[in-house]
Amino acid sequence: MVKELHHILRDRQTLTILLMMPLVQVILFGYALRSDVRDIRLAVITPAPDAATQELTSRFIGANRFEIVATATSPAAIEPLFRQDKADVALVFDSDFGSHLNGSEPATLLIAIDASDPNTGTTYMNYMRAVIAGYQQELNAANHSVQIVTQTRMRFNPTLESVNLFVPGLIALVLVLVSALMTAISLSREKERGTMEVLLVSPLRPQQIIVGKVLPYLALGFANVLTALLAAWAVFHIPFRGSVVLLLLEAILYTIVSLALGVLIAARTSSQRAAMLGAMLVTMLPSTLLSGMIFPIASMPGWLQPVTNIVPATWFIIIARGIMLKGVGLTILWRESLILVAMAVVLLAAAMRSFKPRLA
Amino acid sequence: MTPPVAIDARDLTRRFGSFVAVDHITFDVRAGEVFGFLGANGAGKTTAIKMLVGLLAPTEGQAHVAGFDIRTQRDEIKRNIGYMSQRFSLYADLTVRENFRLYGGIYGLAAKRIAERTNMFLETLGLVPNADDLVGKLPLGWKQKLAFCVALLHEPRIVFLDEPTGGVDPITRRQFWELIYRAAQNGTTVFVTTHYMDEAEYCDRISIMVDGKIAALGTPAELKQQFGVETVDECFVRLARGAQKGEAA
Repeated sequence: MVKELHHILRDRQTLTILLMMPLVQVILFGYALRSDVRDIRLAVITPAPDAATQELTSRFIGANRFEIVATATSPAAIEPLFRQDKADVALVFDSDFGSHLNGSEPATLLIAIDASDPNTGTTYMNYMRAVIAGYQQELNAANHSVQIVTQTRMRFNPTLESVNLFVPGLIALVLVLVSALMTAISLSREKERGTMEVLLVSPLRPQQIIVGKVLPYLALGFANVLTALLAAWAVFHIPFRGSVVLLLLEAILYTIVSLALGVLIAARTSSQRAAMLGAMLVTMLPSTLLSGMIFPIASMPGWLQPVTNIVPATWFIIIARGIMLKGVGLTILWRESLILVAMAVVLLAAAMRSFKPRLA
Repeated sequence: MTPPVAIDARDLTRRFGSFVAVDHITFDVRAGEVFGFLGANGAGKTTAIKMLVGLLAPTEGQAHVAGFDIRTQRDEIKRNIGYMSQRFSLYADLTVRENFRLYGGIYGLAAKRIAERTNMFLETLGLVPNADDLVGKLPLGWKQKLAFCVALLHEPRIVFLDEPTGGVDPITRRQFWELIYRAAQNGTTVFVTTHYMDEAEYCDRISIMVDGKIAALGTPAELKQQFGVETVDECFVRLARGAQKGEAA
């Protein structure tokens, strides 16, 4: 036991990781793990604006959970807003909402919700219904018998399959974990065994060494992508509404980012064990908890939200959900794709610089 | 065209923070000689060799390897030298032939040439039946001899051997040195570091490093005469008595 204690205390790097990481993560994720939502982006569609529609709309503003991002007069405006991820929910008034309300006929409303994330979808729906019910109660209390009939439409995920929520995120998680681990292990093993030294003395440039080591794993990563997507389609029946080719290309891009991450980790650690540990910690928890895979980014505290932008999985999940569930293409997803490209370039450059021969 | 001086170093120095690992060493290695770079563990030998092969930049001083400057012409140096590291060069999960093919390819040799040289080496070592064995399965002595041949595969002008005979029995060590002689006879300069002082007797000239400096330089005979002793080992012990860092071999 004493010997084990010595091993633990003297392995500085692993010790730091084992002590600091849990602490950091408990604090970080304690903030991230919220399933309540705020700042729901609301689009209000009013074909015939009048006092009644104004009233109800102001109730939504007053509820402090909603943020009005668009107003329009036709329901046709909703679809593009959802596809471009500019709104989360829409409130559609019937053109005779106001007159029906005053004339004691049932007044109809439509709530449309972007349900590609079915958990938040249901929550949004409940909040909206709560506001509407509150308004209805208010009117009834003032001796005004009123009935508001609400229809709900869950866009992109009518049956609220939670699997549609999880699987793109799972694919992102598995890809980053396996890829980063593969390269981290391979390169640190080379370093540990001493064969890296010989490669560095040879005429090979560090760029050639890294590319030579990463490419076969890219092929493996691609195989992983194919099987994962196949499983998603065949076993879980996840919709594939967009271009499969685009999805594959984006997945390869994401795999390159993950492989580069693994190389960087290997370059910065001094043992294979530390490399493996580092790869797992840096990929697993942020990708699960900070990427919007399970817990919505919108409900994380303000200071944490920019942090989620560093996690590659965050961007890939937006892309994957966009392509698979909403069927959107590059015209909408170009920003996210460009971000992944930038991440790949930065990580690869950093990795190559770390491998410049200054071994001792 | 081989310059008569294969390696020359002038005031070569390397610091790590305030610690001076290599302290203004100056020496020459002549083409075709077997030069022994001796010293205790921690005397600075590995650091010096790393600077000469281009793995580490010097803090001060300069050196030329095969006529090329170690600060500015590292790529040319790499193409013209062979290197056998302290901790191994061959991949255990590749076969003997695959290892040769890998390094041959890295140094830009044509496939036919690689095959020719591989067969030549295997015959010399008597390891032809083991050509397709995984290197990991071979005994240590064979691995080391093979690693040496791989370092010579591209016919470099100079070959650097960093403690090549560690952990191996005396008979195998002897055989290894025979390989070194053969290479030197063919005109290859051999720069070998070791902390086995008896191996020093096999070299044409040796230098002994103590605390980062070169404390002695010359043929084994010259050194023994200089210190009035029978073996190089004794020379070393005399020098090491004044040393502040490292342990006696």
